[in-house]
Order: sequence, then structure tokens, then C-alpha cells
Amino acid sequence: MSIKLEHVTYTYNPGTVYEMHALKDVTLEIPQGQFVGIIGHTGSGKSTLIQHFNGLIKPTEGKVLFENQDVWAENYELRKLRFQVGLVFQYPEHQLFESDVMSDVCFGPANEGLTQEECRERAKEALNHVGISEEYYDKSPFELSGGQKRRVAIAGVLAMNPKVLVLDEPTAGLDPEGRKEILDQIAWLHETRGITIILVSHSMEDVARYVERIIVMNEGEKSFDGSCKEVFSHYKELEKIGLAAPQITYIMHALAAKGLDVDLSAITVEEARDSILKALGKEKPCSEILP
Amino acid sequence: MLRDITIGQYYPADSILHRLDPRVKFIVTIVFIVSLFVNNTWTAYLVSTVFLAAVIKISKVPFRFIVKGLKAVVILLMITLFFNMIFTPGTPVFHFWIITITKEGIVTAVRMGIRLIFLIIGSSLMTLTTTPNQLTDGLERLLKPLEKIKIPVHDIAMIMSIALRFIPILLEETDKIMKAQIARGADFESGGLMKKIKSMVPLLVPLFISAFRRANDLAMAMEARCYHGGSGRTQMKPLRYHGRDFGAYIIAAIYFAVCILMRIFGRYLL
Repeated sequence: MSIKLEHVTYTYNPGTVYEMHALKDVTLEIPQGQFVGIIGHTGSGKSTLIQHFNGLIKPTEGKVLFENQDVWAENYELRKLRFQVGLVFQYPEHQLFESDVMSDVCFGPANEGLTQEECRERAKEALNHVGISEEYYDKSPFELSGGQKRRVAIAGVLAMNPKVLVLDEPTAGLDPEGRKEILDQIAWLHETRGITIILVSHSMEDVARYVERIIVMNEGEKSFDGSCKEVFSHYKELEKIGLAAPQITYIMHALAAKGLDVDLSAITVEEARDSILKALGKEKPCSEILP
Repeated sequence: MLRDITIGQYYPADSILHRLDPRVKFIVTIVFIVSLFVNNTWTAYLVSTVFLAAVIKISKVPFRFIVKGLKAVVILLMITLFFNMIFTPGTPVFHFWIITITKEGIVTAVRMGIRLIFLIIGSSLMTLTTTPNQLTDGLERLLKPLEKIKIPVHDIAMIMSIALRFIPILLEETDKIMKAQIARGADFESGGLMKKIKSMVPLLVPLFISAFRRANDLAMAMEARCYHGGSGRTQMKPLRYHGRDFGAYIIAAIYFAVCILMRIFGRYLL
């Protein structure tokens, strides 16, 4: 029950002037149920990488395995793989095409061959999970706001009941509140449905709060892979490849340099607060002590 | 998926052909095409072949890349050759049912084939060595005299350059939407004609919407930068002839003169 990539290399336009190595010898394994963040600069190969997960592109070299089966083997049914590994592209609202929200979300399950009843059932559940209420079901997707469109599009993938959900920059172009809402809902899905979530982003701050593992891509290669704390401890190297650790990491390192005994692996504001208070010899924040 | 289309594509390289003024390339291409139809002897075709081969060599564009562009027109070429072959009267060499192939037919077909292939290679050589922007700039300048009879040359050129600029963008967009729908289990390949047409809806609707959105954004961006048509508009890189451009004109003129002479004295040649 996992996705495995073995020495995957991918080259765009091989043999021409436009030849470009998007991935170079990437090996990784993502076990079922993990919440993974893939981080990298624009052009680091992260979008190419995730398209391998559901067999949209064939690796130039190397193997892609899903549940220990080679997805590019002769008699493997790629279409079935796509219902198990749901891929939400960047700006997924650009793929909406139906005249109403309900039918659009039904598109995926209908392709799976389910009856109309089952499709509606699935669609309702998915829309409910992304927080789109019943009053929107018959509206045209083009009447909705940007954030709502995005959520409908995500529901369109979710309705296929995938075991793995891959999201490419699901928060791009949304305001801070919309970002938080979407990410919270994704985290909630991970908890309630127990599905694997692979979140692609270039923002450490966004990802650090939610994921349990981070894979850092740089120029087509996997440069770091580990827990948030492990990866962020390399914050100097991350800077060199154009990424930054969360601001908290910087503050904690600066405090430590000044001689304060704080926990360098803190990521969220809350963790940092507790650690600083502890280092200062105070157990609770002032606001909680004062009446 | 759609990256194989090479017609109208630009091939970046550093050659004298790339540096030539687009007007020169445009006129020489037309001269070359006309010369193909002036030719009526094998010797003349040989001269054209040498000329074309030399230009390809100078252009530094790999031959393989040029030939790739021919693939798209292969069917059209076949049909033309076929009809030329069977409908030319003359001495028959092969007869089957109602089809009669004549000696003259074969000769006409081969010549027609050479003409068409050279025509396509010649014009794609122009687009391969000229960026779309240069091409429309050159065209605008060449057509400038038509403004006297109230033809909006600048606007036509602008429409052309925008259209050319949008081809790769829309191709990329198509690729993206196609992948997104495939990820949702869409099937663009199997099924009969009706099913195939129906399966295009999830691709075409988003594509049209995106094209309109882009057009809207572009219009807004152009207006925000005070674009108001061609009158009084100057260019950042105005086209100016250099020595090499005159050289190219002279070479083309000599080539064309040779072609005409070969036509006049055709009876002494093969």
C-alpha cells in the first residue's frame, strides 16, 4: 500500500535544443496514510514528479510502483490507477466545464462506471467534505467565487474516493483566509478518511503546520527528505537553493546564538512560545497567569 | 502530447540566416517559391536543390528537424501526386481497371512533388530562423504602402503576432486541461466517432473559457499601457538593412536570373 519511485529520470523533448532534464534519478517511497509535503522552487521538478504518481507521464528511465505493481508494465490498467491516486492540478478551477456544480463533481465517478445514484452520493459526500453546501449544487460553477470554484474542483477529484490525494499548490492565488480554510479541510480529510495526502507547495510556512514529512526538490533532484524538524535544521542549505525555513526557525536560532536555551526544532508559534517561556523560567504565558 | 507540431516553430541558433532582416527572408522566400514554378528542366531543379541545400547548411537548423515539419503534409502530398499521375494524358506505361499511368504523368508528379516539398521546406526555413515577432515586424513594413488605400496594416500585423504568440500558450493549456481530465478518468482515445466528439466537451469548454480570459487580460494589459493602434507608434528595434541583407538580395537575384535564363534556354537543357 504505497507509492514507490525507483531511480526515476524524466527528460522533456529528448534529443532537441529544448531538451530539459526535469527529474534526475529520484527514488522515494510514500507509505499509505502519510501526510507529505513536496517543496521546491519554480522549475525544481515538483510538478513533473507528481505526474508520475498517477501515470500521467512515463518516466524516461526508472520505475513507478503502486502497491508493489509496476504501473508501466504491459497489462497494468492505468485508468484504474487514476481513480486510486487523485491528482488535483494547479488552478484546478480551470478544468470545470459542466453547467452545474453537481454534474461537474459527478464527472470523475461517472468515468469510473458508477450509476447516476452512486455518483450523486459520492459527489454529495465530497462536496460536503470541502464545505460546499447544498444550495450551490445547481449553480453554474462559473458563478462561484474563486475559493468556492477551487473547492468544487477538489471535490471533483475527491468524489472518485482516491486512496491517495495529490494536490499541486492548492492555495495558489487565494487570500490568507482562503488558504487556511482549504489547508484545514485537507488536513481534516487526512484525519477522517485516512488517505495519503501529498501536498505540493513552495511555501514552507503553509506546509510546516500540517505535514509529517517534507521532501525538498531542487533542480530535478531530491535534496532533503525527512520530518519537518530534520529538514528545517538544514535551514542554511535551504536558503542556498532559494527556499526559506519558517520564520520561527530563524528566531529560535537567533535566540540560541544569544545564549538562550531554546528548542531549535520548534515550528509553530505556539511551540516557540512555550519553549521561550521555559528557557526564561516561566511556565505559562502572562496572559494565562494574570486574571 | 502536442509538442510535436513544428510548423511555424522557431529554432534558436546563431547563424547568418537568423540575423538577416526578416524582410529579406520574406522576399527571398517568395522569390524561391516563384522560381520553383519557373523551373521546367531537371537542370533547373538541380540548381534549386543546390540553392536550398546551401541555405539549409548556412541556417544551422538540423535537417532532421526540418523534415519533421513535412510529416504533417504527407497525406496532402500523396493525394496531389496520385491525381497528377493518373490524370495526365500521354504514353501509357501501366494500365489497371480505369486507372492509366502515363510516362508524362510520372514526370509531372515527380516534379510536382519536388516543387511542393521544396516549397514547404523553403517557407518553414523562414519561420524556423525568424522569431514570430520579427516576422510580423517585417510583414508590417513590407505591407506599409497598402495603408495608402486604407488597409489597417498595423492592426493586421498586431493580430497576427498575437495569434502566433498564443499558439504555444494554448497548446500548453490544452495539454494541461487534457491531463487534468485524464486524472479524473476521462478517456480521449477509445470509442466511436460520436463518443470521441462527446469526450471533447470537457476539454473544449475549459479551453474556450481560458482563451477568452487570456484575451480579456491581454486587452486590459495593452490598454493599461496606452495602446491605441498603430498611428504614431515607434519601435524599440526598428528594422534597418545591413550589408549582409544587400548581399542576400544580390545572391537571390542572381539565383532568380539563372532560373529565368534556364527557362528561356530550356530546350538546350535536360
